[in-house]
Amino acid sequence: MPVQYISGFTVVLEVLSRFWPVWIALLIVMGTSFAYKKKLALYGQLFDSGVGIVGVGICLFWLFTAIFAATISPFDPLAQVPIMKDVLPGAIEPQSGLTYLFGGDKLARDVFSRMVYGSQIVLIIAPAATGFALMVGITLGLPAGYYGGKIDTVLSFLANLVLAFPVILLFYLLVTPGIMDTPIPYGMAGVFFLFPIIFFSVLFWTRYKNRPDRLYILLGITLILGGWIYAGLVFDADPLKIVHIDPNQLNIFVAVVFASSPGVFRIVRGLVMDIKTRDYVAAAQTRGESPWYIMLWEILPNARGPLIVDACLRIGYTTILLGTLGYFGLGLAPESPDWGTAIKDASRLLRSFIHPALPPTIALMSFVLGLNLLADSLREQSMKD
Amino acid sequence: MLSFVIRRLGTMALTMLCLTMVVFFLINLEPNLKKLAISQTEMHTSAEQLESWLVNHGYRQNFFVRYGQWLGVVPKQPVTDPATGKPAQRFSFCNDPLVPTFAGVFEGDFGCSTKFKATVASKLFPALGATGILMFWVLAVMVPISLLIGILAGMREGSRTDRVLSVASIASTATPEYVSGVIFTVIFASWLGWLNGSAASASQGITFYNFTLPVMTLAIYGIGYIARMTRASMVEVMTQQYIRTARLKGLSFGSVVVKHALRNALIAPFTVIMLQFPWLLTGVVIVEVMFRYQGFGYTLVEAAGNNDIDLLLGCSLVSVFIVLITQLISDVGYAFLNPRIRVQ
Repeated sequence: MPVQYISGFTVVLEVLSRFWPVWIALLIVMGTSFAYKKKLALYGQLFDSGVGIVGVGICLFWLFTAIFAATISPFDPLAQVPIMKDVLPGAIEPQSGLTYLFGGDKLARDVFSRMVYGSQIVLIIAPAATGFALMVGITLGLPAGYYGGKIDTVLSFLANLVLAFPVILLFYLLVTPGIMDTPIPYGMAGVFFLFPIIFFSVLFWTRYKNRPDRLYILLGITLILGGWIYAGLVFDADPLKIVHIDPNQLNIFVAVVFASSPGVFRIVRGLVMDIKTRDYVAAAQTRGESPWYIMLWEILPNARGPLIVDACLRIGYTTILLGTLGYFGLGLAPESPDWGTAIKDASRLLRSFIHPALPPTIALMSFVLGLNLLADSLREQSMKD
Repeated sequence: MLSFVIRRLGTMALTMLCLTMVVFFLINLEPNLKKLAISQTEMHTSAEQLESWLVNHGYRQNFFVRYGQWLGVVPKQPVTDPATGKPAQRFSFCNDPLVPTFAGVFEGDFGCSTKFKATVASKLFPALGATGILMFWVLAVMVPISLLIGILAGMREGSRTDRVLSVASIASTATPEYVSGVIFTVIFASWLGWLNGSAASASQGITFYNFTLPVMTLAIYGIGYIARMTRASMVEVMTQQYIRTARLKGLSFGSVVVKHALRNALIAPFTVIMLQFPWLLTGVVIVEVMFRYQGFGYTLVEAAGNNDIDLLLGCSLVSVFIVLITQLISDVGYAFLNPRIRVQ
C-alpha cells in the first residue's frame, strides 16, 4: 500500500496547530509580562526592545514545548513504524491516520516527535548544569577574588588547567562508557553537588547567625532538601524514588559542570576584585562584618548583572556542547531523541535524504539564538542603569 | 618583559606536565586498558589471555614508571617474549629497541600507535600539516570578514547597519559547526550541487570544489564572536576625546575612522583572535569528521575511539601546547601593541 501524503501548506498548518498548548501559554505569559512590565524590574525592561521580546519569546517557546511535549507530539519518539522508513514530510501513517509532519528517519521514527521530545533533554540538562557550574564558580571565585594571595594562586592555576584542556578532548576522556565502571563520575558528582549545599548554608548562616529563629528553619530546609537531592543524584538512594538520574546522564552532567565552572570562576573572581575596592565594602569591613558576609551579601548582589548575562550565554553554550556530545555519540543513548544525536544520524545520510537533518538543526540553532538575543538585550538594559 | 615570558613558560611547562599526567591517568583506567587489549588481540580471547597481553606489552608496570617512560626520564624496557624468554620488541611495527633506552617525549619519541600500526610521529605530524592548511584558510577568511563587520557595525553605534550586523553576528555565534555544516551541505552540495560535501579528496589536492565547505563551516562560528568584540572595541574608541578632536578639526568621517580609530580599535580583537584557537580546535574536530578530512581532529577521534594510548597522548600534548602558546602570544602581543599596558 503506497503511503498517502498531504500537501506542503497543510503540513505548515498542522505543525502550527499541534503547538496549540505552547501558543496559549506564550500568549498568557507574554501578555501578562507586557501588561505589568513597569513592575517587573530587569525582566520587564526586556519588553522595551524588539530584540528582547524575540529572545524571551523563543526561550519561552522551547520551554513550553518541553513542558507540553507529550501533548504536542503525535507519536512516541522511539516508536518505529516500518512502512514509514525515510518517508518525506507530510506522509500519513495508515494505522492511526496521523501525519509524519516532518517525515520519517532511517529507523522509521517520526522526526517531528523526536524534535519535540529532544527539547526536554536539552532544557533539563543545560540550565541545571549551568546552575551547578554557577554555584561552584561563585563559591570558589568569591574567596579567590576577595582574599587573593595563595588561595587565588592555587585556585586560578587549577581553573587554568581545566581551561587549557580542549573541550572535545576532555569529553572524549570523561564521557566514555568505560569510565562509568570506575568511581570517578560519582566522586566528581559527590564533590560538585556539595557546593550548592555549602553555598546556601553559608549564605543563611552569615546573614541570620544572630537570629536563631530564622536561621534554624532556613538551614534545616537547605540541609534536608539538599541532602535529599544529593542522595538521589549521587548515590541514587532517594528514599522516595522521585529524584533519579541515569548513570549516563549523570556522567554528562558532571562533565559539563566540570568544563564550564572554571569559566564562571574567572568571571566571578574578576568581578570581586573590581567590586571589593568600593566604598560600601570598606564600610562593611569597618562595621566588623565577617568576610563571608561581605562576599555573599555585599559583593555578590552587586555582581549579579554580568552574572545573569553570562548565565544566559552559558546555557546556550551548554546546549551547543550537548549537541557536540550527541554528534560524536558520547554519553547519550544511541536512540535518544536529543538534537545532537539526531543531527549526527541525519548528517550521515545527507546525500539521500535531507529532511531528517533540518528540524533538529533549526531547533538547536533557534534555541541558542534566543538565549543569545536574551543575553544581549539583558546586557544592554543593565548597562543603562 | 623577558622575565615575564620566562616565568610564563615555566607555568606552561608545569601545566603541560599536570595535564599530560591527568590524560595519562584517564586513558590508563582499567576499562580502557581492557578495551585496548580486546581490540589488539584476536576475537574471543579469554580473560587470562587479555591479562597476559597487557603484562607482556608492559601495561601492568607501575603508573609512574610508565608515565616516566613516556616522558623519557625512565628507560623503556624491551618486553620478554613468553615463548623464548628472550627480550623482544614491544611493538614490531615501530622498531622498538631491544635494549633499555630512554625513548620518550624529551627524546622526541612520541611512542607507538596501536591503531594505525605505525609510530605516532609518522601519523601525527602529517595530520597536523593538513590541519595547518585548513586553519590557514579559515583564518584568511575569518579575520578580514569579522574585522570588517565589527568596524562597520561599531563605526556608528545604534545605526541601522549596526543593528543588522549585530543580529547577524549573534546568529552566527548561535550556529555551531555541526549545524552550519549540515545546512551548508544541504544548500550547496545537495540542492545547488556547486560544492563537494566531502573533503576526503583534499588530501591529494585542494580545490575550491572540495575545500570551501569545511572552511566556510569553521569560519562562520568564529566570525560572529570576533565581530562582536571588534564592534565593542570600536564603539568605545569612537567615544574618545581624540576622535572628537579629529572630527572638530575638520577631518572627514572616513579618514577619522581609518587613521585614528582603527589602529586603537584593533588591539582588543587581536587578543580575541588568539584566544579563538582553542575554540577552533573543537571546531576542527567536528568539521574534519563531518567532511572526512584527514587532519589532526580526525586523528584525535580515531585515537580516542580506539583507545590508542600513545597517539591520544600525542594529540593532547599538541592541543594543550597550542592552547597555552596562543595564550602566551596574546598576552605578550597585547603588551606589545598597547604601550599603555606594561607587563608586571
